[in-house]
Amino acid sequence: MKSLAELAAIRDKMKDKVAIRDSESGTRIVVGMATCGIAAGARPVLAAFVEEVANAGLNDAITVTQTGCIGICQYEPVVEVFEAGKEKVTYVKMTPDKAKRVFAEHIQKGNIVTEYTMGN
Amino acid sequence: MKELSLNILDVTENSVSAGAKNILISLIEDEKGILTLTIKDNGCGMTPEVVKSVIDPFYTTRTTRKVGLGIPLLKLAAEQTGGSINIESEVGTGTTVTATFDTKSIDFTPIGDMTSTLVTLIMGAPDIDFEYIHQKPGVEVTLSTLQLREVLGDVSLGMPEVLEWIREYLTEQYNNFGGTN
Ligand SMILES: Nc1ncnc2c1ncn2[C@@H]1O[C@H](COP(=O)(O)OP(=O)(O)OP(=O)(O)O)[C@@H](O)[C@H]1O
Ligand code: FES
Ligand SMILES: [Mg+2]
Repeated sequence: MKSLAELAAIRDKMKDKVAIRDSESGTRIVVGMATCGIAAGARPVLAAFVEEVANAGLNDAITVTQTGCIGICQYEPVVEVFEAGKEKVTYVKMTPDKAKRVFAEHIQKGNIVTEYTMGN
Repeated sequence: MKELSLNILDVTENSVSAGAKNILISLIEDEKGILTLTIKDNGCGMTPEVVKSVIDPFYTTRTTRKVGLGIPLLKLAAEQTGGSINIESEVGTGTTVTATFDTKSIDFTPIGDMTSTLVTLIMGAPDIDFEYIHQKPGVEVTLSTLQLREVLGDVSLGMPEVLEWIREYLTEQYNNFGGTN
């Protein structure tokens, strides 16, 4: 069984890190989670990004967050990527597999996956 | 929605938007296979007029409010099994959404992945206290973020490592639950 002692150990590890994470330099991945987004499959897309970031050991550098209505229902699930000093990139009709590819190619290597962006 | 857990995620987001400090989500299945879902919050609440317009998007008193689909979709999911939905709300006090489902109906939408719904909710609103209980005869799954917060102190429930622990904690409980409907 998962124990609260284990959670306490996580707390002790995290305490020192809080300060670092507050720095606003990192990349932000934002997933639209309005009714339409959820219905179209946003929850597993969000989970896929969270998992990729954790697996890559990048929890300190990249934050994954949720937002409500992005205003383009027919393109849900929609994901926006914000990187310091760069223009926002909007990915549409996302799936967990597409999320993995966006993570590997765009987030990690800097190459936007244009076939998943708006207008493609 | 493909899973009831997605309706629950969506409707609970309303409680988050309503500024709730505490949100209770309960799923109780009885011996006869009747499932009762309750989502109770202490957010801003609604006037009776708004409650009416939320349940029936075509009921209009004013036209300023955008028509949402969250509650109507939950209502549909309940009613297609022969169940129903009820909303009790008071401005300044909070809202309780109750829905009943007949899990034996062929039109019952499976509950699905409640673990992902809870982790997603906590991730999106780590400062809210969520109380969760899913019960069926003889077994239950529970989560109280208040209890976790006592252990965590200043460390946020929204930290990826903490969320991962919560995911595993719930997954373990659901493994002993014998699957959901
Ligand atoms: N628990 C609640 N507390 C206060 N207001 C609520 C609550 N639930 C619903 N509402 C009100 O009813 C509206 C419609 O809810 P519904 O879930 O049907 O649509 P929605 O698409 O989610 O709307 P929104 O995106 O604005 O949340 C909400 O925008 C809100 O004004
Ligand atoms: S309601 Fe669909 S993107 Fe806003
Ligand atoms: Mg909603």
